[in-house]
Amino acid sequence: MSKENVLLSVENVGKQFEGNRVLKNINFSLEKGKILGLVGENGAGKSTLMKIIFGMNEIADTGGYEGEIYLDGEKINFKSPLDALNAGIGMVHQEFSLIPGFTAYENILLNMEKTKPSIISKIFGKKFETLDRQEMKKIAKDAIDTLGVQLDENALVSEMPVGHKQFIEIAREIDREKVKLLILDEPTAVLTESEAEILLKAMRKLADSGISIIFISHRLREIIEVCDTIVVLRDGVVVVEKPAEGLNVRQIAQWMVGRDVAGRKAVQVRDVDISESNKDVILDVEHLWVDMPGETVKDVSFSVKRGEIFGIGGLAGQGKLGISNGILGLFPAGGKVLLNGKELPLNSTFNALKGGIAFVSEDRRGVGLLLDESIDWNIAFNAMQVQNRFIKKKLGGLIKWRDDKAMKECADKYVNALQIKCTSTKQHARQLSGGNQQKVCLAKAFAMEPSLLLVSEPTRGIDVGAKALVLDSLRRHNNENDTTIIMVSSELEELRSICDRIAIVSEGKIAGILSPDADTAEFGLLMSGLSNLNEEGEEQ
Amino acid sequence: MPSPGKRGRDMKQKSQSVMRFLTGSAVPILFITISVIAIPLSNYSGLYLAREIVTRLCRDSFLVLSLLIPVMAGMGINFGMTLGAMAGQIGLIFITDWGINGAFGLFMAALIGTPIAILLGYFGGIVLNRAKGREMITSMMLSYFVSGIYQFFMLYLCGNIIPIKSPKLLLSRGYGIRNAITLNVAGGFDKLIRIPIGKVYVPFGTILLIAAACIFIMWFRRTKLGQDMRAVGQDMGVADASGIKVEKTRIESIIISTMLACYGQIIYLQNIGTLNTYNGADQASLFAAASLLVGGATVSKATIPNAIIGTALFHLMFVVMPMAGKNLTGSAMLGEYFRMFISYGVVTIALVLHAWKRHKDKEMGRALLREISSENTGK
Amino acid sequence: MNRVKEGIRNFGWPRIIIGLFLLALFIAGPFFGVATDMSLNDVIVRFGMNSVLVLSMVPMIQSGCGLNFGIPVGLVAGLFGAVMSLEFRLTGTAGILVAFAIAIIVGAILGLAYGLLLNKVKGDEMIIATYVGYSIVFFMNLLWVALPFKNPSSVQGFKGQGLRVTISVQDYWFHQISDILAIKITNNFVIPIGMILFFALMSFLVWAFFKTKTGTAITAVGSNPDYARAAGINVDKMRVISVVLSTVLAAIGMIVYQQSFGFIQMFSAPLAFIFPSVAAILLGGASVNKASILNVVIGTLLFQGILTMTPSVINSAISIDVSEIIRIIVSNGMIVYALTRKAR
Repeated sequence: MSKENVLLSVENVGKQFEGNRVLKNINFSLEKGKILGLVGENGAGKSTLMKIIFGMNEIADTGGYEGEIYLDGEKINFKSPLDALNAGIGMVHQEFSLIPGFTAYENILLNMEKTKPSIISKIFGKKFETLDRQEMKKIAKDAIDTLGVQLDENALVSEMPVGHKQFIEIAREIDREKVKLLILDEPTAVLTESEAEILLKAMRKLADSGISIIFISHRLREIIEVCDTIVVLRDGVVVVEKPAEGLNVRQIAQWMVGRDVAGRKAVQVRDVDISESNKDVILDVEHLWVDMPGETVKDVSFSVKRGEIFGIGGLAGQGKLGISNGILGLFPAGGKVLLNGKELPLNSTFNALKGGIAFVSEDRRGVGLLLDESIDWNIAFNAMQVQNRFIKKKLGGLIKWRDDKAMKECADKYVNALQIKCTSTKQHARQLSGGNQQKVCLAKAFAMEPSLLLVSEPTRGIDVGAKALVLDSLRRHNNENDTTIIMVSSELEELRSICDRIAIVSEGKIAGILSPDADTAEFGLLMSGLSNLNEEGEEQ
Repeated sequence: MPSPGKRGRDMKQKSQSVMRFLTGSAVPILFITISVIAIPLSNYSGLYLAREIVTRLCRDSFLVLSLLIPVMAGMGINFGMTLGAMAGQIGLIFITDWGINGAFGLFMAALIGTPIAILLGYFGGIVLNRAKGREMITSMMLSYFVSGIYQFFMLYLCGNIIPIKSPKLLLSRGYGIRNAITLNVAGGFDKLIRIPIGKVYVPFGTILLIAAACIFIMWFRRTKLGQDMRAVGQDMGVADASGIKVEKTRIESIIISTMLACYGQIIYLQNIGTLNTYNGADQASLFAAASLLVGGATVSKATIPNAIIGTALFHLMFVVMPMAGKNLTGSAMLGEYFRMFISYGVVTIALVLHAWKRHKDKEMGRALLREISSENTGK
Repeated sequence: MNRVKEGIRNFGWPRIIIGLFLLALFIAGPFFGVATDMSLNDVIVRFGMNSVLVLSMVPMIQSGCGLNFGIPVGLVAGLFGAVMSLEFRLTGTAGILVAFAIAIIVGAILGLAYGLLLNKVKGDEMIIATYVGYSIVFFMNLLWVALPFKNPSSVQGFKGQGLRVTISVQDYWFHQISDILAIKITNNFVIPIGMILFFALMSFLVWAFFKTKTGTAITAVGSNPDYARAAGINVDKMRVISVVLSTVLAAIGMIVYQQSFGFIQMFSAPLAFIFPSVAAILLGGASVNKASILNVVIGTLLFQGILTMTPSVINSAISIDVSEIIRIIVSNGMIVYALTRKAR
């Protein structure tokens, strides 16, 4: 690669958040007019790397980054995304950044509108220039045509199908005058097959016109189809940087997920029969769909044996988090769920809890805790409300009085068992560290003495010591109380270390169920949704 | 719930838009119904009503127009427009003190009120930025708070630290403005160009001013700042991400609204002829809000026709109600209480419908998305 | 030093300033010829009169429905109870008990409707509550004129129709509660033990309610509605319960006020209670979604203290009547301040 042709050069870039190292020694380069595919699991560091390149505030707010990044030969030092935009970098995020009540052309030119000066604007300032809508429509049309998609620039965004919205986002970025580098973060996630084809063609066109593109996707087929170079990130490190030519999907999947076999702990001998012949099924899920924004579940079916630790993995946004939330009635859901053979009415949190299911949410601070209440409240609350525990009946059962003493005893018990670091059980949950907050959430679930425990992202954002303790307590609870556990996690290693079986969710469906010691490449393929396509064979 | 297919979805969308039309127009329809019943009951002649409507339209529309821009910027109903009204009153007191008359006096009052309005608007904007999501209740409380400071200013500082020349304006104790002041600039705009249409005298001078405000608003919507406000009003996050200065834009919307309210109050008072120093601006925001909402506006969308039509409708009811009440029940008090009840009730219903609709729209939107996505993947 | 700083930050500068101001007024009073015993009497009496009204704010704040600007819904129920009791010509204990009973029933019904409405408008509760309050006052105005009340002390004499603007309860149950166990300290200072006890009783009931399973659930709903939902709690039901409770308390509080004041203030009078009640609990340290009985006590004392002492002391000091304006600035300023603080 000749030096003059290199647009972006990333050298020895690293990043850590409060002692947690997320990126290390990242080195790669991108030529002008070429497309680079960036592949990796959740937590591999893709988003952090993009945030660094794009100059997002949270990077500077948390201590900046190590290493250097050169754009067109010049070292970059972005203080905010606006700097990045002015330098010619555009980024299309996964969440749409569109004004619903505006037309396509208004969105494409948002804060970049073309204006005509007037007398008033000459006195009072540029803000009072009138919009030149004709010119704006023309520019928008050009951008849309460049992408090769059929879209009415006068249509309101709120009335547009999802796929079109994605194109408008991209049109906005390429419309910037000096755009040199375009970062696309999972742009095909919401597109149909045909729309994705159009997008890939458009990307090629843009690249040919001189714009470099970083294409982040988990759809490995698309990566191979359109990229010139492929970079695979794993655990914050670049494991592979190769030209895409000659690579196949299986290889990439392996690089994405693969780890040394030697590094793994030996799997415990488990005494749960997970074969088909074991009919003791505690939970039967049939054609479940869940409308959880960002984690949509389309059609999921599986069954869990009593006493099993069942893992659910998959990439972010594919739907794994939606499954437990749906069963617990926190988001609209449909389909059929059988608990112990009896149908569990969906969309009722109370029913699920009363049936013996406990839930540890992935949203620790938002859903899992009462931050402004004490630890003992947090731990005892569900058991009190659903199972009438920690209640003293007065006046012949007419009044249900809160038994603060019993709550404290229960809290003390769990503070000991889980080693929750706090000044007392009266301390407010807000003041605990992330790891200890997670332990409180676990205690809340344990306190209900559930027969089925759904845990989502149990070790997200907590330190190594606490991680081990959390996983240990789950394992112990399962051993001692025969509690069935369904564990949803983005960390494959975690799942492989304690689960009996692991289901992988891709595009809202179960792509497959594997044994924890299955080949790593298998997991990678399932996560990219490929085995699924192969089996079905048909495109939409 | 499986979708019955695109045809079913189209039918649902059609019935949804009928629902949307109904809930959007519920307030004006309700209002027209009440007026239609009350007008014949009041026994007022058509001529009398026509005269009253013309007078009140010319007197009150400007104030209602001042509410449009904050709605555009997503601030909801700016109950803090009272701050602008107070600025206008301060201006009028001074020019009355200095003995400046006629339309020129009114323009001078506007000139004096402008910097005060800008300052108050700026302060209001800052406060509202710190209360995102609760702008309406905060602007309402803010107007009461500033009203207290305004009254302190009028009651203790005027005639003391602030020199007032003519003793006619002051209370008997020597300082503090009197409760009611006769304005010698009364009719300054109204009398400017009075042209009779039929038997009704129409004050074209004032109408020109109102037209100027309308043109200003229409022009403003087309400017870059106007577009920024529209973006901020719909989604602050997206606007911020695109580089628009959200906080500054919101403050600017309040400043403009306060300035317009200042001029609007001056127009209002030059028609009434007397200034009720301490409580004159109290009902300003209620009536303006009610007028706007009666005209079919909502908390998130308000147009010039909403303002003008709403003002006419609202004041029609207002004029007619006491007499209708008296003729119906023998008590004029009932009529008066009823019109206050309607005024407040209208705003209540409009606010409730808007909040309820917002929730419903979100639900429907997600249900629709669900159906479309399930069709796409051939469930 | 840090604990002190954190204590001040939590307590809030406005409260400290107002507290010190009040203290200064009390100290300065005698110098301007304001009798301390009369001041104390006024403050304590006004505390008793308003405390239950301020207490009524607590349930709705705890459940996350925000500051109850719609307190007139409960107040008119109180007015109705009082007036009906007069219609039955009941005096003394019977009179006030019947007033309470009717007020509670009507308050519960109105509170139910009010609560159901607020559930449909989550996020905009406060502004809508304000307008609901205004609307219901004016609606009741129609009823006060139109309904066939008969008691001549209630009804307007001569040609007027409907109820009087102010109705005296002198002959009925004036000071019915205030005089219970009243302790006379000086000629000017009579502690209305009865009213204080009554407030204590109401506070106890509120405190006890929040110690029950339902009360605990309501607190959780206000603290984090998503958490409550995930615990299987019917958030809407909890909110309605809290609104009914607040409305009934407001109805009761209105009657307590009336028996002390000596008059039932009809028509638009309830509107004058909104902002003072909200400001008082905010002054006592409550936030938009957390309030305790301690907030009620501190807030009512501070607020009524300012209202009582400012006119008497400052008016005597500088011979000007600033009371009304101070009341407006303090109460509304306090509310604006609370609204602009970040919600936890």
